[in-house]
Amino acid sequence: MGNLNKQQIENLAEHLENAELQAHDVTKITDEFPDMTYEDAFDIQWEIRRRKEARGNKIVGMKMGLTSWAKMAQMGVEHPCYGFLADYFSIPDGGEIKHDELIHPKVEAELAFVTKAPLQGPGIHIGDVLRATDFVMPAVEIIDSRYRDFKFDLKSVIADNSSSSRFVAGGNMAKPEDLDLKNLGVVMEINGEVVQLGAGAAVLGHPASSVAMLANMLAERGEHIPAGTFIMIGAITAAVSVKKGDNFTVRYQGLGTVSGKFV
Amino acid sequence: MNKEQIKACGDELYNALTQKHTLKPLTERFDDISIEDAYHISLQMVERRVQAGAKIIGKKIGVTSKTVQNMLNVHQPDFGYLTHDMAYSQGEEMPISQKLIQPKAEGEIAFILKKDLIGPGITNADVLAATDCVIPCFEVVDSRIENWNIKIQDTVADNASCGLFVLGDKAVSPSKVDLSTCGMVVEKNGKIISTGAGAAALGSPVNCVTWLANTLGQFGIPLKAGEVILSGSLVPLEPVTAGDFMSVSIGGIGNASVRFV
Repeated sequence: MGNLNKQQIENLAEHLENAELQAHDVTKITDEFPDMTYEDAFDIQWEIRRRKEARGNKIVGMKMGLTSWAKMAQMGVEHPCYGFLADYFSIPDGGEIKHDELIHPKVEAELAFVTKAPLQGPGIHIGDVLRATDFVMPAVEIIDSRYRDFKFDLKSVIADNSSSSRFVAGGNMAKPEDLDLKNLGVVMEINGEVVQLGAGAAVLGHPASSVAMLANMLAERGEHIPAGTFIMIGAITAAVSVKKGDNFTVRYQGLGTVSGKFV
Repeated sequence: MNKEQIKACGDELYNALTQKHTLKPLTERFDDISIEDAYHISLQMVERRVQAGAKIIGKKIGVTSKTVQNMLNVHQPDFGYLTHDMAYSQGEEMPISQKLIQPKAEGEIAFILKKDLIGPGITNADVLAATDCVIPCFEVVDSRIENWNIKIQDTVADNASCGLFVLGDKAVSPSKVDLSTCGMVVEKNGKIISTGAGAAALGSPVNCVTWLANTLGQFGIPLKAGEVILSGSLVPLEPVTAGDFMSVSIGGIGNASVRFV
């Protein structure tokens, strides 16, 4: 059940989307609306998505957020969340990310799943996900909370499209049966220095669990994951702050590297 | 430190090991103890073990992660000697309550050599060419210094805080695995407690073995064919007690597990 009316949802969506588009921070919305529910929070996110589509942006994928114990501890929340990826979020591998378009970006090492069959929750488990997966790719997400100092609660971050802002997908792909996804190692380097390390199990015990959770969360709104969806599973490592001039390279066991530069 | 002091410290540490008690940090008792002194103390300690019948089967490299280096304020690893009575097999019970004082477990990659490596001048290419296989490993470190209150000289003197170790039963050629990106997942009592990757140890476990070969080479000590080299932890240390069960899996290599009693 929601506690906000349609007008409040629309106003908050506009407020948060403007913060994203104009790259300025705002206070977390639960300060002003302490009674808002998770349903309200998702309504705001879906309204932001509707605004972008109405403007001609294409939705190119989905993302899970706060899926690792490292991230949940870092942000002080206890449950993952999801968001959508719009066309202009996509940066080519080795490309430049304009720091001025963002507020306080952080880099996360992830993996992406691309589906070949629909996933309709509830009750989706990792076997369903592996069967429906066409291939897995290395991917890096640049998150950018619109909330001041990255301080938020779970409802506020859901409304803010789970801090989505940019992403970089690598050029390699592999069938899930050819990867040991639980033990797949990642090494993140910023300006050539190793800053974060981890393995796939950091994401809910297995990367495919994250996709299963997305399908099951979407089902609560009557939505599903269509075939051909690009899904980022959430961070394997803690998120690392970057400034203008920084470059990053993430090395993936068996999947090559993904890099980018902040200009 | 003079020779008598070094010998006395080595003997004290050996007695602490065999009688399972802790000592005050050596760095509190000897202001002038150098890292080189500490290695001489460690040699005396291991010499006592050999006199008592232990056989040296390899070496371990420690202080390989940036976190531990920063904690100890050193910017190089250290090493200790492995003896045959430290080694346990996959699935075997490890009697830590009987043998260790304040144990902590860490997941590592063990290198088994098929050729001698004699530094200086050893490169990563030499190490890879001399490595027969890599094996997943749990090292259970322990300190004979009270409350792990160690500076670098304390741990070096104490045989790099060596305790016991268990090797998995899967051996893989180093040509089959990317040792820098291979992922590690550590589980304790069924719960995933940490993940890491090869680069956590000096950028690559191969770098660690190269460092060891070149460091020992300065003292005329070779790494010998057949030796086990533990290359350094890829995850944070985890305190363990009797009754705990731990397993480690390494992408492209395999698993090792150990039950502590």
